[in-house]
Amino acid sequence: MLSLVRSLWEVFRHAFAQRVTVQYPEEKPYLAPRYRGRIVLTKDPDGGERCVACNLCAVACPVDCISLQATEDEHGRRYPEFFRINFSRCIFCGYCEEACPTYAIQLTPDFEMGEYKRQNLIYEKADLQIEGPGKYPDYNFWRVAGVAIGGKDKGEAENEIAPVDTHSLMP
Amino acid sequence: MTWNLFPLVIIAVVLFVVLNLAAGLIWVERRLLALWQDRYGPNRVGPFGLGQVVADSVKMFTKEDWVPPFADRPVFVLAPAIIVATALLSFAVVPFSPGFVVADLDIGILFLLAMSSLGVYSVVLAGWASNNKYSLLGGIRAAAQMLSYEVFMGLSLLGVVILAGSFRISHIVEAQRGLWFVVPQFLGFVLFLIAGVAETRRLPFDLAEAESELIAGFHSEYSGMKFGMFFVGEYIGVILISATISLLFFGGWLGPILPPALWFAAKTMFFICLFILFRAALPRPRFDQLMSWGWKVMLPLSLLNLLVTGAVVLARK
Repeated sequence: MLSLVRSLWEVFRHAFAQRVTVQYPEEKPYLAPRYRGRIVLTKDPDGGERCVACNLCAVACPVDCISLQATEDEHGRRYPEFFRINFSRCIFCGYCEEACPTYAIQLTPDFEMGEYKRQNLIYEKADLQIEGPGKYPDYNFWRVAGVAIGGKDKGEAENEIAPVDTHSLMP
Repeated sequence: MTWNLFPLVIIAVVLFVVLNLAAGLIWVERRLLALWQDRYGPNRVGPFGLGQVVADSVKMFTKEDWVPPFADRPVFVLAPAIIVATALLSFAVVPFSPGFVVADLDIGILFLLAMSSLGVYSVVLAGWASNNKYSLLGGIRAAAQMLSYEVFMGLSLLGVVILAGSFRISHIVEAQRGLWFVVPQFLGFVLFLIAGVAETRRLPFDLAEAESELIAGFHSEYSGMKFGMFFVGEYIGVILISATISLLFFGGWLGPILPPALWFAAKTMFFICLFILFRAALPRPRFDQLMSWGWKVMLPLSLLNLLVTGAVVLARK
């Protein structure tokens, strides 16, 4: 019986305690940089497209909300012809970001994506692309990858040794 | 002409105040619960979120009013009306200030207890008519709980009746001019408070609708305004018990400076808030604990209280 009175008193004292509610629209909560929100497609520091249309994000996606079509430009660079994310399906698990070999697809601390029409939740490539490099400012996939593209031959990438001349006998 | 219109005015005012207060309690309860849980509660609709009352009522009225095909239709429809009707009828004998009462009956307390006892029909019939095992279990629980708690609810008030020498509520209030009955009848007050919480089926005694065990108990199948009637009926019950406590134990409208009706309202509001604090703080007992507590502890205590009060009053004469 006394414990009941005590708990009544303890609960009553909470009337003067600090509120835990964040008054959202007026007061925005702090979201960590690694918060998993709206998905973006980032660009290299030199402005080139990072995505190589490898389809790994689409494969990793547990709800199949990513769809894309790979194509190649005249320099032999692979890039997505279209890249579409259906945000009415997306569960913001971040598996696409983990799967991405080029840091192209990234999740951002933005969740304010409410729409009145469901169709508006389907983001095309133009809606997803941002100008900057996102969380990895110095990373440039095409400059470190040992793939020959227009303007960069084999052996010209960063930290890449020149390819072995298989027709020569010299060491 | 004025002499026969005045009672109608009183009735209109009482109905207006009680029904509006019952609707407003939705907001009060949500805000107070939030206060004690370190939240804000509804604060968006209108000033202090007061528009929530209107929003909730509109929602309640526009919801689909559905009667399940397996239900016993006439009883199903009748049940929610009973609880509101009996609760409102009880207010006929509640004096808001000296003279401002619909019917100052000689046996006001008995009428009040009788009306709150009739309220159990609503819950039992709702549980029965829903034709659903959880509703029925809720109805059975409500019947057992209210019957056993009514026994000492009446007995705990008899101490007050002995001291005042009258069943008329206005006499009882006037008899507290020197000293509120809560002092000589503290045990009676505690017993009546517990019985009152059980009688209105409020937490921690809401076993009839214990949502973690019985979905929503007796009103599982109710929707729309029929559910709203149970809701409003419960709140009117809370107001009624709070008003009764303040009338019988805390001197009703008696108090210095302020007008009597204001004193009465303030005391009633205090106990309504206490009811909500009970809900915020106390866990629900098991049903067998509830029953044994009622019969083995509360009933003997209330009989003892009655015996001692009677003996003291007799010895003084």
